[in-house]
Amino acid sequence: MKCKVCREHAAVDVRRHNAAFCGPHFVDHVHGQVARTIKEFRMFTTDDRLLVAISGGKDSLALWDILVSLGYDVTGFYLDLGIGGYSARSRTAAEAFAARIEGKLIVRSLDEEHGYTVPELARLTGRVPCSGCGLNKRYEFNRAALEEGFSVLVTGHNLDDEVATLFGNVLHWNTDMLGRQSPVLEERVVESRTALVRKVKPLVRVAERETAAYAVLRGIDYVVEECPMVEGNTQHRYKEAMALLEEASPGTKQQFLFGFFKKAAGNFAAEDADAPVVACSRCGAPTVRWGPEAAVCSFCRTKDLAERRRDAPVRPRRSRRAP
Amino acid sequence: MKLRNPDRVVDVDGPCSVADMLRRLEVVPEAVLVIRGGTLLTRDEVLADADEIEVRPVLSGGER
Repeated sequence: MKCKVCREHAAVDVRRHNAAFCGPHFVDHVHGQVARTIKEFRMFTTDDRLLVAISGGKDSLALWDILVSLGYDVTGFYLDLGIGGYSARSRTAAEAFAARIEGKLIVRSLDEEHGYTVPELARLTGRVPCSGCGLNKRYEFNRAALEEGFSVLVTGHNLDDEVATLFGNVLHWNTDMLGRQSPVLEERVVESRTALVRKVKPLVRVAERETAAYAVLRGIDYVVEECPMVEGNTQHRYKEAMALLEEASPGTKQQFLFGFFKKAAGNFAAEDADAPVVACSRCGAPTVRWGPEAAVCSFCRTKDLAERRRDAPVRPRRSRRAP
Repeated sequence: MKLRNPDRVVDVDGPCSVADMLRRLEVVPEAVLVIRGGTLLTRDEVLADADEIEVRPVLSGGER
């Protein structure tokens, strides 16, 4: 294959664009796709201070590299989830990349902040690891952005992530979540103060295979291994199904997602859109008040549950045998 | 040939194209990168019998 731009030997084919690119022109192509997305959805400007959630994987490190290349004011934020050697290697990758580009990286740890790791939280609450992990990441990313004075929180959700989420929400007719799915989640003010920082996803037009190719071409040393806790994860199965459809009919994923944004998203509203949103009585995060009792957000409820179960005395099991 | 996640090594007879190799391994091309000596390969590239190739998955799971 030849590069669409210079006709030199191609390194990456992008079938949904009916194109292939050499390394330098593929990098330009990705920069152009991200710049177009930022502009189209009015995500942010060069005046904004951006906090980018960094996992040490290809998407977040590629995103950091792209935003710096496009001239934005970017700081990374890494949350150590305490998933054994995987988290240790992820943190090393994040710190090494930050050092390489001389970027600022804020590092926090779930264990130090809250006294548990993701595996411990899953064991204590009985929830699947990805669920507790996602809840804690969303909470901590927002908290860090608020405390450190950032105007926008940026995440590395790519085209495949958003397509898999949309696919799952449609399969289950999860209309509440369909009402929330957008490349931009606006700032939320509760009781006269910012409770949720504006959140954006500039990679929604870039496929996961393309962020990986970008990282390889830019020499970004990302963590290739998969999180050991996601085995059998539904999101992953949806991605595999969509990859099969994309292989048979290039462009399917992008048509599905951007068709939804353009033609369908406006027909769904989040279930709590009209519900009274108040500050959590414990931490101040926004939560919905459904009854007369004090409102407590899902993060605080989950943390409480973990602490109660950890502190509960171990009861000896009653024998069923007759004495 | 080295396959990642989980890491394993398999032998595929060459010469063959990247697309042929992936078909033999029953791997969906949209879900992987194919790398030879640090260089990305498109699906029409021809692989020699002695080439050492990495097939790297790109689809990640989990709630992000």
